[in-house]
Amino acid sequence: MNKIKCECGHINPEGTVLCEACGKPVEKNQHIDGNDKGKLLNMRYDGSARRSQTYNKTVIDKVWNFFSSVKVGVWLIVLALIASAVGTIFPQEMYIPPTVEPAQYYRDEYGIFGQLYYQLGFHNLYGSWWYILLIALIGVSLVICSIDRVVPLHRALKNQRPKRHEVFIKRQRLFGQTERVSNTDMEAVKENLKKKNYKIYEDHGHILAEKNRFSRWGPYVNHIGLIIILIGAIVRFFPFMYVDTYVWVREGETVVIPETEQQYYIENKDFILELYDPNDERFSEAIQQEGGMVPKNFQTNAVVYQVKGDTVPGSEPELEKIKEGEIRVNEPLKFNGFALYQSDYQLNEFKSMSFKLHPKNNAEDVIGAFTFDMTDPKQEYLLENGYRIVVDQYFPDLEIDNGEPKSKSNYPRNPAFIFFVYGPDIEDREVSFLTIGANINPGNQNQYKLSLAGVEMRDVTGLAVKKDRTLPIFAVGAIIFMIGVVQGMYWQHRRIWIHPKDDGVWIAGHTNKNWYGLKRDFESILDRTSINPPEDQQELS
Amino acid sequence: MDFYTISSNLLYTAFVIYLVATFFFGATIRAKGSAQRTSRAGTIGIVLTTIGFLAQTGYFITRWIASGHAPVSNLFEFTTFFGMMLVFAFIIIYFIYRLNILGLFALPVALIVIGYASMFPRELSPLIPALKTHWLYIHVTTAALGEAILAVSFAAGLIYLIKKVDQSSFNVKTFSLEFVLYMIFATLGFILVTTTFNAMDYQVTFEYEKEGELLTSEYHLPAIVAPYDSEMVTEDRFSPLFEAPSWMEGQEAGRKFNTFIWSLMAGLALHLLMLLILRKRVAKAIQPLLSRVNLDLVDEIIYRSVAIGFPVFTLGALIFAAIWAQVAWNRFWGWDPKEVWALITWFFYAAFLHLRLSRGWHGEKSAWLAVIGFAIIMFNLIAVNLVLFGLHSYA
Amino acid sequence: MNADRKKKRFVFRAIVLFVLIAAVIVTLVSSFMEDNPVVKAGDMAPNFVLKQVNGDQTFELHKLRGKGVMLNFWATYCDPCKEEMPYMEQLYPEYKEKGIEILAVSLDTTELVVKNFIDDYDLTFPVVHDKRGDVMDLYKIGPIPTTYFINPEGEVVRVVKGPLTLNRLEAYFQEILPGQN
Repeated sequence: MNKIKCECGHINPEGTVLCEACGKPVEKNQHIDGNDKGKLLNMRYDGSARRSQTYNKTVIDKVWNFFSSVKVGVWLIVLALIASAVGTIFPQEMYIPPTVEPAQYYRDEYGIFGQLYYQLGFHNLYGSWWYILLIALIGVSLVICSIDRVVPLHRALKNQRPKRHEVFIKRQRLFGQTERVSNTDMEAVKENLKKKNYKIYEDHGHILAEKNRFSRWGPYVNHIGLIIILIGAIVRFFPFMYVDTYVWVREGETVVIPETEQQYYIENKDFILELYDPNDERFSEAIQQEGGMVPKNFQTNAVVYQVKGDTVPGSEPELEKIKEGEIRVNEPLKFNGFALYQSDYQLNEFKSMSFKLHPKNNAEDVIGAFTFDMTDPKQEYLLENGYRIVVDQYFPDLEIDNGEPKSKSNYPRNPAFIFFVYGPDIEDREVSFLTIGANINPGNQNQYKLSLAGVEMRDVTGLAVKKDRTLPIFAVGAIIFMIGVVQGMYWQHRRIWIHPKDDGVWIAGHTNKNWYGLKRDFESILDRTSINPPEDQQELS
Repeated sequence: MDFYTISSNLLYTAFVIYLVATFFFGATIRAKGSAQRTSRAGTIGIVLTTIGFLAQTGYFITRWIASGHAPVSNLFEFTTFFGMMLVFAFIIIYFIYRLNILGLFALPVALIVIGYASMFPRELSPLIPALKTHWLYIHVTTAALGEAILAVSFAAGLIYLIKKVDQSSFNVKTFSLEFVLYMIFATLGFILVTTTFNAMDYQVTFEYEKEGELLTSEYHLPAIVAPYDSEMVTEDRFSPLFEAPSWMEGQEAGRKFNTFIWSLMAGLALHLLMLLILRKRVAKAIQPLLSRVNLDLVDEIIYRSVAIGFPVFTLGALIFAAIWAQVAWNRFWGWDPKEVWALITWFFYAAFLHLRLSRGWHGEKSAWLAVIGFAIIMFNLIAVNLVLFGLHSYA
Repeated sequence: MNADRKKKRFVFRAIVLFVLIAAVIVTLVSSFMEDNPVVKAGDMAPNFVLKQVNGDQTFELHKLRGKGVMLNFWATYCDPCKEEMPYMEQLYPEYKEKGIEILAVSLDTTELVVKNFIDDYDLTFPVVHDKRGDVMDLYKIGPIPTTYFINPEGEVVRVVKGPLTLNRLEAYFQEILPGQN
């Protein structure tokens, strides 16, 4: 493990390609950057010693070196790219209708390919262990690549000297020779360099002019940003950092907000759906194309309550109003770290139905009336004159299953009733089976009939409940990333070397991007001096 | 005159000015090296481009006034805006590098994009609640600008390839390059076919069932392909040759697929016609015109426009998008196909930038990558809505 | 000196790799954990208070310590729930004697339908009504029926998702009989 002493006296670490101080190529290490005698020098990382290229003894070193390769990093990116694309061929599981069996859905909708897609686990690709692993490996690669390069690069830029080895100068992409240069010209050049905001370092007539070195750190800054974002993604898996659930609330109802440890309740005071006026001149044509119904606003007027004191769940809690507000799409309601988002709705569930009892053939002669309140139904309703209605069965959401009526859910979407009617002139009782739009009279011997006299409807709002303590992490990561890319992309590290040679000078220039800009810098710096502008030695064409 | 009419007229004006500017940039083709920079035709070209851009900005503002919201909320508006940003990105790169030939390639791309946009319904449309936020404008405009700057690298890449690829034999490279040109012809074909049949007022309607609802699909092109499991209800029309496959999920997938097939066919016809006239591959025919182009400079423009566009793209298509998604759908990332394709685009250009670190990836390989990158962007802008389903169905 | 540096480098790399690998493993493991912390076998059953529908009593879970408790979440609109009800009814008198209580928590919205159901099925074990859904949220109930078998110490011994057969029900009752140990 030998240090490399350069002829300029500088001691370089093992694996150095170009001497940190004078830039002279280290003979035995030229293969590392693929430098060819007589051709231009590869200037990435300034020929500094990336550790990974040298030590390769232990397993740790081998793993380290594997991830330290940019090539491996690019491969990981390409793999992630392909995997991501595969995931968009068919919809992911989270976007298919929740009521169907996924295996069946993919087979029925997309045939044999869909089935294969499902069996390979691509229906949940972005949550699969191998996709997460792939992204995690990109993270590992980011960390190791950055550590492995930023340290030596920093060393090399810190140790660089104005006086460079001739080989270094000659083998720069921009290089020029001038036989004779006067002192006044040299002074003029220095003036011009200063005007162009170059920092000038001098050593026995050798000049290094440099600007925007900070842009070299851009990539490492943006990598830090990305790592922070990945950390945010990891933290997200912990429930105390991240809550994502859903609550349906009917108008007038107060229910517990899930995932809040029964601490918060929400009341839906009103749900509002507004449509665009189809007669609005500006939009009439577009609205017509959409079938006349373009929603303008979805809104829930809500009240949030907090439970006061300790209550055992299930017992009537003492609620304290902590927040009242309007929830609209794009305008969530926030309270104590939670946020409620308007995300779905259902219009027109039945809230109550009113019935009237009358003789079968005369709807005008009303004997009595009652209202069946879906939120607080009674078993028995007493009417005037000794008539009485008993609710034998109530089906909130009627479904006929093998001839048997039953309810398929809790929600009064398609209510049906079996009423027993008792009265002074009724022998035993009369049975009425009422559904939406039908009044079935089993036996068909009733003298009295129950008819619908009125309904009251209510809407249901679907709110997403969110708590996300990871957002600040992502925000910080994104900001650092942006600072990093802008710093790295919108500024360029430019260096100009002026090397006295006999009576004249050699000049050379290097930049990490935007050679055109550097050439323009040279034009204005050498303007009205006898120094020849450098030539572009690269031969792409 | 109301604002809507003014805005439409301004868009026409801009279109025509861009077209004229393209010819002036074309006229610079014979000028040599440094003379190119100061070429008179080039100066006129860039002045015209700038005037055109101002006219289109006028379109944007007046349309905003007319509708009450920034005109980036449907496919026509967004695509037009993308074209406008393309011109803007070209102007920026032009003032950095003063390469006239870039105008000859970038402006036609912008023209085609705007022409493509105007094939979609142009009337003002109201905003649905999810779009009612300033983040809509911020996200869409920044993303479009980022994509437009990245697209300049495509124009430069095309110049590079047409000059560089050896046309003496027919091989994978020459074929691929010709195929890239064919895609441009196909877009032209789309514009041509749509305009023609619109002028004829052609119409054929299909009915089909989806999730228990009876839907209709109105074609304005003769039907080659019918919607999946549908029935033609208009009489006296060509009957379609086949049906769209069931996995095409998007809204009116059948109609869009039909249009797609028409575009490919019309593009093929145009391309064959060109081949017949030129009697050689189109790229080969253009090649001699580019003899004076400095490839090093073009390579640098490819890299530079990616370097400039990448941060803007990240900001607009990922970060601002995430903020909006957080506000509107309460999740900043949802693996919606459009989001995933933005991420894919980002991965792609990240890989591009890393590959530039190694020597072998400069020059021709970079140029190919620039072309592929643009294809990914275009896929995300257009095809994702055709075949994949998702939240972004409006644009 | 040289050996020292080598060692330092080794330790540094080892630490960085260790941290990175640990992060990867944590990510993978936590991505496969259940999102919601649900009540599992081995946990203490969380307490609640609910009023009986077919009687006047109020049941508080903690007050049933000393008895084995079968905690059954169900609803009238759920068909599989209806299947197991007769078995529960059949075994109830015998096991009540032996010190087991059945508590059937209805998740219906209205008490009326529950009452009608109790009448139809002649249920004698206590049925309670979770009107506001907070007990359901407490136990993070997904599909129903879901049944918890709780031993006399108040610890959940078994969680069963889906309907029970008579044999299984009886077997599980044995696990929560008081006075076993």
